[in-house]
Amino acid sequence: MSDKAKNFIWRAFLYFCMLILLLLIFAPLAWLFISSISTRAELLSVPPHWWPHEPTLQNYLDILAPTETTSRTARNFRYALTNSIIVSGTVTLVSLIVGSLAAYAFARLRFRFRRSALLAFVSLRMLPAISIVIPLYVVLRGAGLLNTRTALILVYLSFTLPFVIWIMTSFFQSIPMELEDAARVDGCSRLGALWRVIIPVSRPGLVATGVFAFLLAWDEFFFALLFTSTPDAKTVPVAIAEFTGRHAIDFSAQATGGVLAAIPPVILALIFQRYIVQGLTAGAIKG
Amino acid sequence: MAPNGRRLSDYIRRLGNLEMNEGAFALILILPSVILTLGLILWPLANTFVMSLHESNLARPQRQDFVGFQHYIHFLGNRMFWETIGRTFYFTFVSVGIELVLGIAIAMLISAKLKGWRFLRTAVIIPWAVPTIVNGAIWRWIYNADYGALNGLLLQLGLIDKYIAWLVEPHRAMNLVILADVWHSAPFVVLIISAALVSLPVELYDAASIDGANGWQRFTRITLPLLRPAILVVLVIRTVEAFRVFDIIYIMTRGGPVNGTMVISYLTYQETFSYLHLGRGSALSFIVSAFIFLLALLYVKVLYTEDVAV
Repeated sequence: MSDKAKNFIWRAFLYFCMLILLLLIFAPLAWLFISSISTRAELLSVPPHWWPHEPTLQNYLDILAPTETTSRTARNFRYALTNSIIVSGTVTLVSLIVGSLAAYAFARLRFRFRRSALLAFVSLRMLPAISIVIPLYVVLRGAGLLNTRTALILVYLSFTLPFVIWIMTSFFQSIPMELEDAARVDGCSRLGALWRVIIPVSRPGLVATGVFAFLLAWDEFFFALLFTSTPDAKTVPVAIAEFTGRHAIDFSAQATGGVLAAIPPVILALIFQRYIVQGLTAGAIKG
Repeated sequence: MAPNGRRLSDYIRRLGNLEMNEGAFALILILPSVILTLGLILWPLANTFVMSLHESNLARPQRQDFVGFQHYIHFLGNRMFWETIGRTFYFTFVSVGIELVLGIAIAMLISAKLKGWRFLRTAVIIPWAVPTIVNGAIWRWIYNADYGALNGLLLQLGLIDKYIAWLVEPHRAMNLVILADVWHSAPFVVLIISAALVSLPVELYDAASIDGANGWQRFTRITLPLLRPAILVVLVIRTVEAFRVFDIIYIMTRGGPVNGTMVISYLTYQETFSYLHLGRGSALSFIVSAFIFLLALLYVKVLYTEDVAV
């Protein structure tokens, strides 16, 4: 066989792989969406209706504009969306501010235990939630903070903060030292140089890290499952898990919740695609 | 009030301009993080250890009897515990193994720059961005025994002649959960490996081509060795994550059927929050932490000895 023919077959094979891959990526998502616009009855047909005979947006209306006849779970889902947005947003903001300050110190200043402290933060990121959850539960219950968004925000900092410190340190390290030196020569204080020079320059890093922290918080399930049991503070992942009731599963409602829960992180990830890849590699590779 | 207020703002301005020495400045910047970390991670961690040495019940956390290492001894001599550890390792190695091979293959496919490669690169991110719980819910619904898409598809294709209860056989349930995890996590591997691929030196490949190396030789002799640091990083991150898997187990199988997907995090959860055995749960969670800590040490060692720059 000539090289040309071999090359042709190879490329055809690669295109075939690409096609299969795209199918594997999109088919489960498509099925989730199709389930969300199907009626309960149609979802239970055998064999499945791959496209609903009577597509409906009722499931979305139930969640986004509930009426008296809507089920309690569907109605509570709207509160869950609000809770998730508030919790994830606040956690992102706080961990960005607090974490960046520490990251700056790690990246730029010389002080004792700098290296070991940074390593400590890196390894803390690895700790499983289960190893700290019991004392936190006992304390939060004692303080009457169970079922509050405050509790979730506080606890979520335990995993977003080490993450922010870790990634921002490598971002700050990639900024040329001369920038600050120039600012300091011009009479800026340390804090002034940080605020007026470093922060504006590292905006891409802050954005990437912020998006990341938001995704982490939005995705969190374990703490939310244990620390919340009323609509006051339940987040989206908990609400979705709850569609799987004790007796039956409301598949169409769960699918609808799934679509709504997936939209914000997917959109963020697509918009900030480039940043995310940068952030992942900066954080993961350089430490 | 007015003069007082002016004095205060004066004071703040002076503090801002104050030339501090580097150590003091660093301390101020790091302090908030340290306090939060102490309160939210280190103190609870220490407390978990203390609790693991006591007999106590979540219903009455104030009553505690010291029992030493009895809980640890209980688990270390317990067959169920070791089976759970075994399953956790099975989940970890199989899912991370598949994700790594698949992830590298997909990253290579993207780097071949066929028509539509940009679209593929973007599409790959989506499963990664889908929340873990949603991912679990999707696959549980697909695997559903009575109405699931997998059954419907296989039946219509004539591959099965009646619906199969996919998640009823323990070992198969575990493998199907792993499959769902791969769908969600392989993209992470693709993202990191792709970024590493982009920065590989082109000259090496040109030289290899001139020397007559074929595609496979170029891949095994140049690409893979150069990817080593990135692969190591991915390996350790994913291993740690897989070892503490909980969410997807909770939503898909709750450790069942017949403990078929019972992993160490879920066992700990059950012991603590279903049976309310605080002491035993703490002991278990401390064992998990010990495993993870060893992995984390490995990670730090890899990061700082490989001199990774991608």
